[in-house]
Amino acid sequence: MGSDVADHGGGGATNRFVEVLVVGRTLAEKVWDAHVVRRGEGEPDLLYIDLHLLHEVTSPQAFDGLRLAGRPVRRPDLTLATEDHNVPTTPGPITDPISLTQVQTLRRNCEEFGIKLYPMGDAEQGIVHVVGPQLGLTQPGMTVVCGDSHTSTHGAFGALAFGIGTSEVEHVLATQTLPLKPFRTMAVTVEGDLPEGVTSKDIVLAVIARIGTGGGQGYVLEYRGSAIRALSMEGRMTVCNMSIEAGARAGMIAPDETTFEYLKGRDHAPQGADWDAAVASWRELRTDDDAEFDNEIVLDAASLTPFVTWGTNPGQGAPLGESVPDPSTMDDTERQSAERALEYMGLVAGTPLRRIAVNTVFVGSCTNGRIEDLRAAASVVRGRQVADGVRMLVVPGSARVRLQAEAEGLDAIFTEAGAEWRLPGCSMCLAMNPDKLAPGERSASTSNRNFEGRQGKGGRTHLVSPLVAAATAVRGTLASPSDLEPLATPVVDLATQEA
Amino acid sequence: MDAFTTHTGTGVPLRRSNVDTDQIIPAEYLKRVTKSGFEDGLFAAWRKDETFVLNDPTYAAGSVLVAGPDFGTGSSREHAVWALMNYGFRVVISSRFADIFLGNSGKAGLLTAQCSQDDVELLWKLLENEPGTPVVVDLVSRTITAGELVAAFEVDEYTRWRLLEGLDDISLTLRNEGDITAYEGTRPAWKPVTI
Repeated sequence: MGSDVADHGGGGATNRFVEVLVVGRTLAEKVWDAHVVRRGEGEPDLLYIDLHLLHEVTSPQAFDGLRLAGRPVRRPDLTLATEDHNVPTTPGPITDPISLTQVQTLRRNCEEFGIKLYPMGDAEQGIVHVVGPQLGLTQPGMTVVCGDSHTSTHGAFGALAFGIGTSEVEHVLATQTLPLKPFRTMAVTVEGDLPEGVTSKDIVLAVIARIGTGGGQGYVLEYRGSAIRALSMEGRMTVCNMSIEAGARAGMIAPDETTFEYLKGRDHAPQGADWDAAVASWRELRTDDDAEFDNEIVLDAASLTPFVTWGTNPGQGAPLGESVPDPSTMDDTERQSAERALEYMGLVAGTPLRRIAVNTVFVGSCTNGRIEDLRAAASVVRGRQVADGVRMLVVPGSARVRLQAEAEGLDAIFTEAGAEWRLPGCSMCLAMNPDKLAPGERSASTSNRNFEGRQGKGGRTHLVSPLVAAATAVRGTLASPSDLEPLATPVVDLATQEA
Repeated sequence: MDAFTTHTGTGVPLRRSNVDTDQIIPAEYLKRVTKSGFEDGLFAAWRKDETFVLNDPTYAAGSVLVAGPDFGTGSSREHAVWALMNYGFRVVISSRFADIFLGNSGKAGLLTAQCSQDDVELLWKLLENEPGTPVVVDLVSRTITAGELVAAFEVDEYTRWRLLEGLDDISLTLRNEGDITAYEGTRPAWKPVTI
């Protein structure tokens, strides 16, 4: 892949294949090549899919298609379903009858076709992109798909993972393969040390602002450099998760000791001699020194600051220390889009971002609903209070994350600060369940999309990191932890306390 | 899937860039379990604005949407394609489409015709100055014709062949089922299973 004929001047599929053997390959190309079931002149490559994740929203019509054609699911043992988008995050059943129908349809389909499902209330239930990695199902070098654009999350393990539509869901259910045109490759290199208070979320928001919502179109992004290697698996998942917001199909990070350490001992990770064989094979999964990317951008980690969005697409963001930009300084297409965004967001150019007041703070989602995200938010609100008139929702990404957080006492920290501690689900990331913004309400949200109406009709979203979300909840206006008054009594560091 | 060779219909100028799939079909409409009936949710938020282009009777029966760059970004929901098709659109013209939307359209039979932004601007002007002008989209010759304007468009060659023939992807793949079985025999035993 990547070696587009047009880019390299090759003369067709055969030449291209020879060429990649000669010049060294990127991580993405290695994973791609290892999954080619069939490669023919003038056809897309047919790729084998190692893991197919399902949820209730994008699968019903695919199962219907199978039934109509009388086709079985080829590999139920490589397929896993969970309920996440529609589930309420407060105790009790689903009250919306249409949501209930969708969830019941998934249950019926999984039963009929023999697919493992983690339903609401199950100890393994959660957001699909939190569940796969925590079970150890997502492993380096795999191909992972789901009818969900944030499948790019799993690329944090060095897997080639991407979102697909419902027709493709049906295709994978029936054949365990997908016909795909090669992606191009882009290196996103982030070197140096992140300053205090700057996180993986700020890295990816800065990348999207830099290349735009279409800048990654057709590409797999490979995040590299010392700042990426220094990230935890949770941090890497946050970065890869939002690759789609730059228009990219997938984001990837080469697996290393951090990856192996995270995977070792997880339920579905290889054991014993299999583990050794797997790790030996995973160590090969890095871009060769002489491999060429089709494109490359470089960011200096030390120059990054907490980043927030001001507009209605994830590329419309700026450092927290700046002001709402002035559309009149932009080119035509951007200006129109920015003017419309400011009108929708109810913002005036020149307003310092730190003066923007919010009603709601949402910590959660497949972007930032993992244990490390909750620890970060808790470290800020610990010993403090959520500002008057601000509602703060903390929604763990899975039942396991919720239990872990409760074992660490994070739930008590949140509730004592005045935040709401919820049950796992997609929650306020998208307006498909009871957690929504009312028209005109403004949120600081750790989720991934600030589109018009994404969190509820007329709702206004500022995308932020968990640290910024928590500080904003305390101050009531967009803020980073460094904006908060120091606490009278120093709080024991959670990590130290654990040790 | 119905074969697609040429289509003639009313062009609708949508002067917006970055039309994400949340705008095409908001999440609240995604709870249905069928592929039909999504036309009421198409551009639901924008249709509440009486100046929105589809609220103009001249364009209401449009079937060729002419949109700004980066059409179909965001969520992978194929419901966006179904909503456009349920409403009556057969073609979307833009200078750049998001990847997943492009793939979904090809599978479902909606033609995504990619042409230069200059041609999009010319089409917008034409359709606004002479509303109701029929637009002819010819997949055989890969051209868009409207009034005096003739513009070339690009579409992935394999998708074009499938659309012209009206072929279903799954049957095509299952013709090579032997290759799939052979590949499965080579997968390492330690690869994870879910059951």
